[in-house]
Amino acid sequence: MIYPALNHYMLVSAALFAVGLYGVLSRRNAVGVLMSIELLLNSVNIALVAMSRYLGQNGAASGQVFAIFVITVAAGEASVALALLIAVYRSHGGVDVESVNSLQG
Amino acid sequence: MPGDLGLAISFYLLAAITLVSALMVVSLRNIFHAGLFLVLTFVGVAGLYLTLNAAFIAAVQVLVYGGAIAVLMLFAIFLTRNAMTQGNLPGRFRFPAMAMASIIFVVFGYVFLMTRWAPGSAGQVYIAPDQVSGVLLTEFVFPFEMASVLLLAAMIGAIVLARTPAEEETKA
Repeated sequence: MIYPALNHYMLVSAALFAVGLYGVLSRRNAVGVLMSIELLLNSVNIALVAMSRYLGQNGAASGQVFAIFVITVAAGEASVALALLIAVYRSHGGVDVESVNSLQG
Repeated sequence: MPGDLGLAISFYLLAAITLVSALMVVSLRNIFHAGLFLVLTFVGVAGLYLTLNAAFIAAVQVLVYGGAIAVLMLFAIFLTRNAMTQGNLPGRFRFPAMAMASIIFVVFGYVFLMTRWAPGSAGQVYIAPDQVSGVLLTEFVFPFEMASVLLLAAMIGAIVLARTPAEEETKA
């Protein structure tokens, strides 16, 4: 048995995902929601890289390549989200997600 | 085996640092301090990649997350400044969110511990950075090019969204 085993990494990943989910649901500041989304993406990356390490065939780097794509998408998502936040800040005077309800019926 | 022991110790240390600072990110009232702990979380995750022998991903993690995304977050905090003085008021969904996150953690943890992973799980695979780049530029070359198109679209989208209305008027 090799320590740390795959299960340990998966548990860390699950814990980080749960923490990030709590942040997304409970934060009122939109920047806080954005930061929690980054935590979620990071937890998925840990799972991908760990599985690639423990379960992959020799020379199969797909897990790490997937992680690179996730990082790329996260970078694009962060830049667009920042621009959205600035637009919301300009039109609503704040980034409290509970005050941005102009589309509510 | 001393090598395995060192690896195990560094794994548990890094996991503890990552999870504690992630908890700080979601629970601190001061959003600026939360942003600083976010950087610590990213660095901790990069360390976890190093314990997985994924040196290239660790370097990319430090560069992209620890550098670029962290700076973007701090910019976002400072550009939306009155949110900082106001802090992070507790949302209405705090306890439902806690329950939801706990349920997710328990379910995921149960599934991960109960799953019989494929027989290869006893051995470990070492993937060198040149193997990653080789696969990236042969098998995954189409997604690779799509990623660059996506980044271009995100860049243009960000510029269009963040442009001030005053600039539009002076141009027209």
